[in-house]
Amino acid sequence: MSSIVIKDLTLTFGSVNVLNKLNIDVAEGEFIVLLGPSGCGKSTLLNCIAGLLDITDGQIHINGKNVTWEEPKDRGIGMVFQSYALYPQMTVRGNLSFGLKNARLPKAEIDKRIARAASILQIEPLLERKPAALSGGQRQRVAIGRALVRDVDVFLFDEPLSNLDAKLRSELRIEIKRLHAQLKNTMVYVTHDQIEALTLADRIAVMRGGLIQQLSDPKTIYNKPANLFVAAFIGSPAMSMLEGRVEDGPTGPVFATGDTQIALAGYDGNAHPAGGRDAVLGIRPEHVAIRPASADADAVGVPATVDIDEPMGSDSLVWLKMAGHTVSVRAIAEHGLQPGQQVRLVPDISKSSLFDKQTEQRL
Amino acid sequence: MSNPATLGPAVIGGALITRDQPRGARPRRTLSGRNIMLYGTLFVVSVYYLLPLYVMIVTSLKGMPEIRLGNIFSPPMEITFQPWVKAWQEACTGLNCDGLSRGFWNSVRITVPSVILSIAIASVNGYALANWRFKGAQLFFTILIFGAFIPYQVMLYPIVILLRELGIYGTLTGLVIVHTIFGMPILTLLFRNYFTSVPEELFKAARVDGAGFWGIYFKIMLPMALPIFVVAIILQVTGIWNDFLFGVVYTRPEYYPMTVQLNNIVNSVQGVKEYNVNMAATILTGVVPLIIYFISVKLFVRGIAAGAVKG
Amino acid sequence: MAAQSRPSQLFRNLSAKIASIPMVLTALVVFVGGTIWTVVYSFTDSRLLPRLRFVGFEQYERLWSAERWLVSIENLAIYGVLSLIFSLVIGFVLAALLDQKIRFEDAFRTILLYPFALSFIVTGLVWQWILNPEFGVQKVVRGLGFSSFTFDPLYNADIVIYGVLIAGLWQGTGLIMCLMLAGLRGIDEDIWKATRIDGIPMWKTYLFVVIPMMRPVFITTLVIITSGIVKLYDLVVAQTGGGPGIASEVPAKYVYDFMFRAQNLGQGFAASTMMLLSVAIIVVPWAYLEFGGKKRV
Repeated sequence: MSSIVIKDLTLTFGSVNVLNKLNIDVAEGEFIVLLGPSGCGKSTLLNCIAGLLDITDGQIHINGKNVTWEEPKDRGIGMVFQSYALYPQMTVRGNLSFGLKNARLPKAEIDKRIARAASILQIEPLLERKPAALSGGQRQRVAIGRALVRDVDVFLFDEPLSNLDAKLRSELRIEIKRLHAQLKNTMVYVTHDQIEALTLADRIAVMRGGLIQQLSDPKTIYNKPANLFVAAFIGSPAMSMLEGRVEDGPTGPVFATGDTQIALAGYDGNAHPAGGRDAVLGIRPEHVAIRPASADADAVGVPATVDIDEPMGSDSLVWLKMAGHTVSVRAIAEHGLQPGQQVRLVPDISKSSLFDKQTEQRL
Repeated sequence: MSNPATLGPAVIGGALITRDQPRGARPRRTLSGRNIMLYGTLFVVSVYYLLPLYVMIVTSLKGMPEIRLGNIFSPPMEITFQPWVKAWQEACTGLNCDGLSRGFWNSVRITVPSVILSIAIASVNGYALANWRFKGAQLFFTILIFGAFIPYQVMLYPIVILLRELGIYGTLTGLVIVHTIFGMPILTLLFRNYFTSVPEELFKAARVDGAGFWGIYFKIMLPMALPIFVVAIILQVTGIWNDFLFGVVYTRPEYYPMTVQLNNIVNSVQGVKEYNVNMAATILTGVVPLIIYFISVKLFVRGIAAGAVKG
Repeated sequence: MAAQSRPSQLFRNLSAKIASIPMVLTALVVFVGGTIWTVVYSFTDSRLLPRLRFVGFEQYERLWSAERWLVSIENLAIYGVLSLIFSLVIGFVLAALLDQKIRFEDAFRTILLYPFALSFIVTGLVWQWILNPEFGVQKVVRGLGFSSFTFDPLYNADIVIYGVLIAGLWQGTGLIMCLMLAGLRGIDEDIWKATRIDGIPMWKTYLFVVIPMMRPVFITTLVIITSGIVKLYDLVVAQTGGGPGIASEVPAKYVYDFMFRAQNLGQGFAASTMMLLSVAIIVVPWAYLEFGGKKRV
């Protein structure tokens, strides 16, 4: 059975459609990430699932129960906030037990739950401290603990790592992944950081302007982005985008740009649109090989000129001018290329993406 | 609309069929118990707060016979502006019977210079404290702030002596000086806090450009601080116009500000009390700061937050 | 080669120093000097004019055996404590109500705050009128049929101070409400979300989470209210004139009456020193706690 079902969820503020007929099915135990730039509606959607915001139309079901009109406390959810929202005047133990005491749980049960959460999150030594005496990472663990003690099936995370510095962020990221593997709860996670999304998610919902652009597993999203927006948003360094036309050539479909034609043999998708069409070819920097320049007319690849080199430690990002476009290519650190040097670029078409210029959808 | 609780979900092929089940926004009655209590309470409280103003206005528009017969909450049956005219022109304080107009102009003559002087001095002081460090500055400022807590009564007489020595005891000038002195702590704090929030880069750039203490003040700080000046003006005009203690201690009867005169008119009259004239006089005294308040509520609130919340 | 003499420290930032002269003068001469002067002279027997004839604690002994002073202190204590409690409670409740994302918030706030813009004289006079037994509330309620209804606090020596309290609260709670509202608005929104998820009812959230979080605001407000209470003067002068008899006397009025009417400066000085003491007892510990030892504003 699905853990969370969202049907035709719409949210309108005045005349603005903040969320537009969204449909999502989250399986039990799944880790789903809502990813997108700020303002895309991901936090809003999370708040709707939590019951903190009233929706204008549609339904929300959690664990088979229609919770569209239920208060947050009756939805079987726990939530972790970006600013942790720990009660500053209470100890960690107080923070964890406040909600449980309010629900009139017997003391023995409360202690049991706190002990369990504390051991899972390794915050036992911190139980008698106040939030002000904790580090950022410790505070976040307590915030997760507060959701844990609620003994719920669904965990909601609202950009929990955004307030932490880079190092702490990667540490806690791994912890959250470990936590998910251990607890196997359904988790809905909001973030604007695609690295978090790619590493944590079973599936990612890429959002923009209140609409879901693509809902898929990380690999698919990375390798076959559904539209231009997703392609440009995911992947760092970003995909190189070339504008041109898809046409039929002598040996099959080709991508014509500038005065070059790139053969599209092996393209994973529909490269045979009826009649030509304007399109954008997207290639990731790691899917292009650099070959030495050659005067041979039959040589494979497209001529290009080296522009700038960005060494990044383990490898390098080389920027080249090809057929009037700027292309970035990932190369080994010791590539030895010089600015102005002529080379040939051989893109791996099987890993590229073609997008219809008008609809922006992947072909 | 059928009760969602009685309609069970119909499951077909693993998907829930939606019918009249909970859907969309929660049913929200605008007349919910919570809203009634909320708006009701606020409404009742508002009426309570507005009542005195209403009573003041209403009483001042009635003739005396109507006041004696009627109740203070009823609107005037016959509106008359006579009490207003009388209050302004003929009300007696002691031996003078030329109405509140005298007090009004006194108040104006007291308030305007006081406001200008206190703000001018405090803004320069605040600016000096924020941007120019010199030895002892902190100490003097601390004394100033502590001074804001000292009850005025403790310093009343020494100031009398001071003003007498300067020959201005009992004059409007003396009172202006007093208001300037006592306005300094809060205003200096206000300006200092504001100027510290101005980015220091601006200040450094001006110094690199060769501007000095006064140059930076007039060309850069002053134009930027206009909002805070307005707040300070509002605070000072209200505080000084409404003052009573300093007015009664440091001026002679012919220079009494409006508040002092008002009190004399109402409380030291023997014989028949003309309540309508009294209320008219009261309104006249309160009208200036009230108008300023209603025009600039948002800034007023800001001024309170800035001036009252220390540090 | 002529060595350039270093300009003396005194001349650094000269303009700033000159510009700060008013502040320095005020601080030293008026605040420090004036206070010390008054305290010193409270130990003399000055009458119409200050006289440097020391008489030890005689003025204070007279002060504390004067019924009028004792009544003043009692009134101030009652007014002070009640004013503190009620303005904090009412101010907070009103602020909490206004914080509920209601419509017309600005209008309500404008109405609740406008009394603050009035002089205490105006407030005192209008409430004297409203509480007037012959024409005011008492008459109105009697007119409604309750012919034995009595409500004239201003003529009843036992409860006149409560009449003054009503007026004072009407004027002052608006300010407290504004301060509390600012404090409430500074609470992290996520805290409210967290308590909602945990299912904590609203009143518990206010009591156990929000109010403890607002401790600094409460303390600041407390200090502001307290330092204002001691200055209670204009309101009493206008509303009751200290009466009936001496039933609504307050220390500030005692000081003024003895200094400028009864020609007994010594008593006035002693009384004002007592006022200073009572303020110092509250402000000094607070300043120490807030800023730790050396005050760093």
